Amino acid sequence: MTVTDEELPRTRPGPADDGPADDRDGGGPQDAAAMDAVPADQAAADEAAEAAARVVAALSRDLDAGFEAMYEAYRGAVFSTALRLCGRWAEAEDLSAEAFLRAYRALCGYGPARIEELRPRAWLLTILTNVWRNAVRSAVRRPPPGPLEDAPDPPDPGEGVEDAAARHETGRELAALLSELPQAQRAAVVLRHVAGLPVAEIAVVLGVPEGTAKSHVSRGLSRLRALRARPRPGPGDTEPQHLDQRGGTP
Amino acid sequence: MNHHHDNTALNPTTGGPESELTGELAGELAGLAVEPPPSLLDRVAARRVHVPGPLESVQVAFTDQGVAFLRAGMDDAEFAAEFRARFARPLLPAARPPAGLVPALRTGRLGGLRLDLRGLSGFEADVLRAAAAIPRGQTRPYAWVARQAGRPKAVRAVGSALGRNPVPLLIPCHRVTRSDGTLGEYVFGAAAKERLLRAEDVDVDAAADLARRGVRLVGSDTTGIVCYPTCGDARRITAAHRRGFGDLAAARAAGYRPCERCRPGDPHPA
Repeated sequence: MTVTDEELPRTRPGPADDGPADDRDGGGPQDAAAMDAVPADQAAADEAAEAAARVVAALSRDLDAGFEAMYEAYRGAVFSTALRLCGRWAEAEDLSAEAFLRAYRALCGYGPARIEELRPRAWLLTILTNVWRNAVRSAVRRPPPGPLEDAPDPPDPGEGVEDAAARHETGRELAALLSELPQAQRAAVVLRHVAGLPVAEIAVVLGVPEGTAKSHVSRGLSRLRALRARPRPGPGDTEPQHLDQRGGTP
Repeated sequence: MNHHHDNTALNPTTGGPESELTGELAGELAGLAVEPPPSLLDRVAARRVHVPGPLESVQVAFTDQGVAFLRAGMDDAEFAAEFRARFARPLLPAARPPAGLVPALRTGRLGGLRLDLRGLSGFEADVLRAAAAIPRGQTRPYAWVARQAGRPKAVRAVGSALGRNPVPLLIPCHRVTRSDGTLGEYVFGAAAKERLLRAEDVDVDAAADLARRGVRLVGSDTTGIVCYPTCGDARRITAAHRRGFGDLAAARAAGYRPCERCRPGDPHPA
């Protein structure tokens, strides 16, 4: 499997190409930050910073209107992360709703200074991953739900039938493989590549050093590739390959 | 300029072939991002709306479960503050009131309107359900509500539960009056309670007059049935056949039995 440089999202030339070259010169102590500062990511980082500033300003003005602004800005990141962490649409709705509600309740107790210094995306996704971990913990004590295949994503009401079918085809296998990653790796991979967070922010969300976050992402990706490469059962092969992983057959 | 090489130079551990593979897989993973259904926000936030009602400046908050909060005579900030203190949910403006709300306020009957009573204790919910059954134009004493809620001795607690009614008017706690026949307290004040009852054609003056004379129940000497004075059946008793009683025991002693519609007492006491 080879990919040319031109196809790499990180090397895609774009408007941010004429950004300051200093960011990429030399390997100073901010290696990790610099790695995220290549143009495509720099544009995303600028956009994220602007969105965060807008949300914080809105929250400072009015908690309820600010909450709506925060919801609009991060609903996709929160719901996508929830869905790819837990693998089930209905549960992802539960987790997201719970996370947003907890966020609001926390905000009710925050003073202006605390709101001012909020990093809303990392903060929300921290709440979400905590809600998810708690749900996983209590699910262990409950009888297991049916296999993943029994609960496919219902079609998104806002998405065309063909789009939905196409997404289903390409995304289903990968989404199922994500559920086979260890929790920390799954969270890191989903935050990095589904929600599009830079490593520094993932470190904040997971409460680990940046190096650890980066290694979770990289190990998670390696494991995903390994899972993908494993032999598939033939059509007549009824014996599951992984007895310990319900619904985990690719 | 080749950023791929910059990248590799900056970070040898993740550069090179692995980055290429990462790029492809990353693209596929990015494709797993999805938008939540539009209903997600309404699972978290409540909506607020001003509606016409029998009192001045009625505001209502509702969730996807039903109407959760109603207040009269508050400005927007007061309403939001009280809602937040009580429910701790975001409160956003609504384009229009939920279906059935305006008719329910106009007629004093819920119809199919759903109420969101999450957050109430079991007892509070029982009390409100009992109060909700009092027909328009009639009143019942606190002791009646306590009996209907299954806690006949908890008359004071019924008063507190009604005082915490999140949806007055829709759950007509204004129709609950004191056992001595006086109107008693109300979440929007005693004057508003009297105004609401008069608007429903409750004869507040007659009730006060009966109370002064110590009459709590009214019976018909033709049917031998005894009712609360505002019961529809009681109001049909002609003056010539009307008998007043201080309590149910007195009525029973005179050979009367309690009305099964307004239920002034257990029809078959042990």
